[in-house]
Amino acid sequence: MVGLDLLAEYLSKYSPILIFIVLALGFGLVTLALSYLVQPKYPEAEKLTTYECGSEPFSDSRMPFPIRYYVIAMLFVIFDIEVIFLYPWAITFYDLGIIGLIEMLIFIGLFVVAYVYAWQKGALEWD
Amino acid sequence: MVDVGIKLALTLTQIASVMGIVLLTVALLTLLERKVLGWMQDRMGPMEVGPYGILQPVADGLKLFFKEDIIPAGANRIMFSMAPVLSLVPALIGFAVIPFGPTWNVEWFGVEFKPFVISDINIGVLYILAFASIGAYGVILGGWSSNSKYSLLGGLRSAAQLISYELNVGLAIVGVLLLSSSLSMVTITEAQTGGFWRWYAFAPLPFPQFIAFVVFIIASVAETNRTPFDLPEAESELVAGFFTEYSGMRFAFFFLAEYANMILVSCVATVLFFGGWDAPLPFLQFHGSLEHLEWLSGMFWFTVKVYTFLFLFFWLRATLPRLRYDQLMRFGWKVLLPIALGNIVITSIMAYIFS
Amino acid sequence: MASLVFFYFASIILLTASLVVIFRNPVYSALSLLVMFFHVAGLYVTLHAEFLAVVQIMVYAGAILVLYLFVVMLLNVKREERFHGQTNVAMGLGAIMLVESFLLMLQGDTSWLSLEATPNPETMAKGNVESLGEVLYSTYLFPFELASLILLVAMVGAVILSKKGILESKSS
Repeated sequence: MVGLDLLAEYLSKYSPILIFIVLALGFGLVTLALSYLVQPKYPEAEKLTTYECGSEPFSDSRMPFPIRYYVIAMLFVIFDIEVIFLYPWAITFYDLGIIGLIEMLIFIGLFVVAYVYAWQKGALEWD
Repeated sequence: MVDVGIKLALTLTQIASVMGIVLLTVALLTLLERKVLGWMQDRMGPMEVGPYGILQPVADGLKLFFKEDIIPAGANRIMFSMAPVLSLVPALIGFAVIPFGPTWNVEWFGVEFKPFVISDINIGVLYILAFASIGAYGVILGGWSSNSKYSLLGGLRSAAQLISYELNVGLAIVGVLLLSSSLSMVTITEAQTGGFWRWYAFAPLPFPQFIAFVVFIIASVAETNRTPFDLPEAESELVAGFFTEYSGMRFAFFFLAEYANMILVSCVATVLFFGGWDAPLPFLQFHGSLEHLEWLSGMFWFTVKVYTFLFLFFWLRATLPRLRYDQLMRFGWKVLLPIALGNIVITSIMAYIFS
Repeated sequence: MASLVFFYFASIILLTASLVVIFRNPVYSALSLLVMFFHVAGLYVTLHAEFLAVVQIMVYAGAILVLYLFVVMLLNVKREERFHGQTNVAMGLGAIMLVESFLLMLQGDTSWLSLEATPNPETMAKGNVESLGEVLYSTYLFPFELASLILLVAMVGAVILSKKGILESKSS
């Protein structure tokens, strides 16, 4: 049962990470809670208004914003997936030999085509 | 069952000490930053609290802890309280895979145990990248939930900046992964031991990753929202960016997250490009009869390297003015991205030729 | 132990996935989706798909959900009311589906219900990402190159869809 031994070893590597996440969350929440208990609370209408350089806030602050942010996020999703394909390739590079190199050059070539297209169409322009 | 208990106790001790050291380092950095900036501008920096102001971080921390936490009217209370935690947690848990010292397998009470790394998982590098990308949520939600125009604008700008530069971080490290054939932080460090000419930033063959390192460090400065890329909190135009409305402990959390992130990227840069705990010259490492003290010199060099990077962050802040937002986006997408891609192509071709 | 872990992840996934459609504030929906992605990643880790787990967080939580949040803020949707007239129909259909899946489970082959992962010692020793890379870039070479073509098409689509918007805001 070599497989099961490896399985136990593998899971024992991930349990500290789970514990760390729980502890970090706990640290955050407990510190906030403790601070909440000891701090003074004197809410006033004036104090609770949001900052707007001294003038009274007007209009809803959650206004719509330029679509460029959305375009950047979309480009990021696509490029991010391309980058993720590079990781398994990078760590098996020496096993794959020339075929691995050539296919990744083709892949990066298509990546560059997409990149140049986005650049030429002005999707990367900000102003 | 006893084994599991001991293992758990050891792990908890490790996690507690790593978290403690990180938080202490953050406290130290807040003082160091003001001191270094002060000296660079021919001032003294904080001098009032304690001798030479060394108790300043304690005073700041206590003050923030006991301050009133204001939730602005019209804010989304749950999101407003959650955002700082969402920002801090990813910054802390990244340290789970960083090897702070030599790889040791100690047996304590019959339990195998690695004292200098909490967990050596096979995908260490990607784990850090994945959680770094979660940090954007704290910023977006903090900005959105505040019900303030400055916060919303700051949060959006910041989110767009974070995702743009994350791409460059992701591309810059591919060369290192290719040379080491591994995603584990421990294996990557071990592949570089033996002196500074074996560190990936300088190793002449097949191809030095120094360009990748420069891209990585620039993108990291942008990802941690530090000057010259501190657009999210550009004081002169956005008041304080996404945390304009924050006060007290919640504000402190965003601050903690920024500094913890700075330490984290310094650690990652050290491990990936500068050989982690490896001494720059082999004879500077303890040898022979002092073998059992090797971890001491390992941790010393690791600390020196991390603090060098942290000093670089302060130095940049004292030297460079802030970029304009369109310059920032253009630089990330049109300058850093092609350089990082080119580095991958050249590295892979050279690695093939020399393999 | 393994089944305990599985049931924890599975129940949180079910809960948060339902919350995504139950919440009326789209930002809450997005956040519970975030929690769900983390638990799916956890499930992948217990199945030895480390790489998939990381990709799950990097792509879905780190990229796609950020895009969703941008959209929610872009449109400034406060409460989503449009699809709540269908509750009765949806519940009816859901109940029928639930009964059907139970019946199928009772009838058919139940051996797949075992929760134990069956690791392949060879791939375990080599590591998940390494094994994946070796297969992906040799056996599945063609689908891989096809994927890059699909990503190119996606990029063209994204640029064309948003181009109108860019030009409009440029002139204003």
